[in-house]
Amino acid sequence: MRIRDQFPLLVSDPGLHYLDSGASSQIPASVLDTVHLFETTQRANVHRGVYRLAEAATAAYEGARDEIARFFSAARDEIVLTSGTTAAINLVAHSFGNGLAAGDEIVISELEHHSNIVPWQMLRDRRGLVLKVLPVTEDGRIDLSALDRVLTKRTRLVALAHCSNVTGAVVDLARVVAAAKSCGAAVLVDGAQRVPHGPLDIPALGVDFYAFSGHKMYAPHGIGVLWGGAERLQAMPPFLGGGDMIRRVTLETTEYAPPPARFEAGTPNISGAIGLGAACRWMTGLDWPAIAQEELRLTGRLLDGLARVSGVRVLGPLGLQQRIGVVSFAMGDTHPHDVAQILDRHGVACRGGHHCAQPLMDRFDLMGTTRATIAPYTEAADIDALLVGLDEARRVLG
Amino acid sequence: MSDELYQEALLKLAKEAPRKGRLEPNDASVRLDNPLCGDRVRIDLRLEGERITDLAHEVRGCVLCQAAGGIIALRAIGFDRAGVARLCEDVDRVLAGGTPELEELAAFRPVVPHKSRHDCVRLPFQALRQAAKA
Repeated sequence: MRIRDQFPLLVSDPGLHYLDSGASSQIPASVLDTVHLFETTQRANVHRGVYRLAEAATAAYEGARDEIARFFSAARDEIVLTSGTTAAINLVAHSFGNGLAAGDEIVISELEHHSNIVPWQMLRDRRGLVLKVLPVTEDGRIDLSALDRVLTKRTRLVALAHCSNVTGAVVDLARVVAAAKSCGAAVLVDGAQRVPHGPLDIPALGVDFYAFSGHKMYAPHGIGVLWGGAERLQAMPPFLGGGDMIRRVTLETTEYAPPPARFEAGTPNISGAIGLGAACRWMTGLDWPAIAQEELRLTGRLLDGLARVSGVRVLGPLGLQQRIGVVSFAMGDTHPHDVAQILDRHGVACRGGHHCAQPLMDRFDLMGTTRATIAPYTEAADIDALLVGLDEARRVLG
Repeated sequence: MSDELYQEALLKLAKEAPRKGRLEPNDASVRLDNPLCGDRVRIDLRLEGERITDLAHEVRGCVLCQAAGGIIALRAIGFDRAGVARLCEDVDRVLAGGTPELEELAAFRPVVPHKSRHDCVRLPFQALRQAAKA
């Protein structure tokens, strides 16, 4: 069975060449079925009621946490369910960040998504911190040779993307972790673009925080995870206050629940979490070595095709080493929105714009790029349709 | 349909727009960014009172945004604040599916069903309006 055939939206629209999984992936039938089953047979609030339905809902929700933890080789109490990567990073910026003092330093890079820039700028302004930036190389990688220069004894956190959402470059996390630990800094990883591309042993990375979203890994929108080491989370104060994150409340004071509940104030996205658990289960059943090979083959096909289109400049590694199938390119002075609009005529769904990475666009003096993302359901026909569409875009807009 | 967007008239407005670049010295200059797509527009005006006597536009954006800059370059000289306001209302009219008073704005009719692109058209007019304090 083709992987594509497991995705109802793709089956219902055979002419669609969906290459925007870097923004939102599609959802397989098994995940949709799981969410539908929950909403039609178990829907109730969690951690509250004593009636059977509420107990079933709680079991389904916490069972999803177990599945997520298993998929990422983590302990269940290290899985904090959030609304996505952005919320996870903001949680750290507030909770971990409030323990920082004026003059402390945070290190990010020039290629980060705005979600891994703005929370740190806001924290800098709240706490009087120093925000330092690792530069990006000409081929769209974080320049790790600058680590020695940028990290100091005042560095408290290094926050980097595992894979760039623009260039597709994969960072050498082992090198980042070694450098950060040598000066006593914690490491936060924005894993939003990494998690759709196969299983990952998060604790083995040696990082302190790992943030990711469900909607890029075949789950519903509005659900995500902050993974934090148990001791790290235990030492952190809550971010949002409300229901579910408490042990005991009086009018004078509150005793907080232990992690992960401490960081999950309010009624959570229950069906989203159950969907994310189902997505982990679906991903567990795939042949990832074969998929990884196919994704790289298609990435190579796309890069080769782009090299033949006059005026195209790829923003990112031209080779297949240490990269994922996220390929961004500029076509002369043509605006990426115009390119994406013409690609749509060919049934090709591609993202055009700055991809929430305006500092990276400034670095390369670009107003934006067109981006294609390769996923397990991507096929050669999708890449070929993109290349045919580009020919027309060049002809019309040239 | 997307293919209707890029008609000859629109492409011509974008490519052949006069008064591209900066106007120095100027009496008013406004730069606006579209945070969603990164389009960036600057409108420089020379004014006598509130009447526009000369202008320049610098558009780093899509064809729609460039064409909008082109129409401003062709038509806005001589306008006072009320004229600029009327022009902007005419843009809103065409994007709402109506018939514009200014013939060139009809080039934007194919944009009507593409709501995500309306701001591409509006951005230069918004910059003009701010610069003219209309």
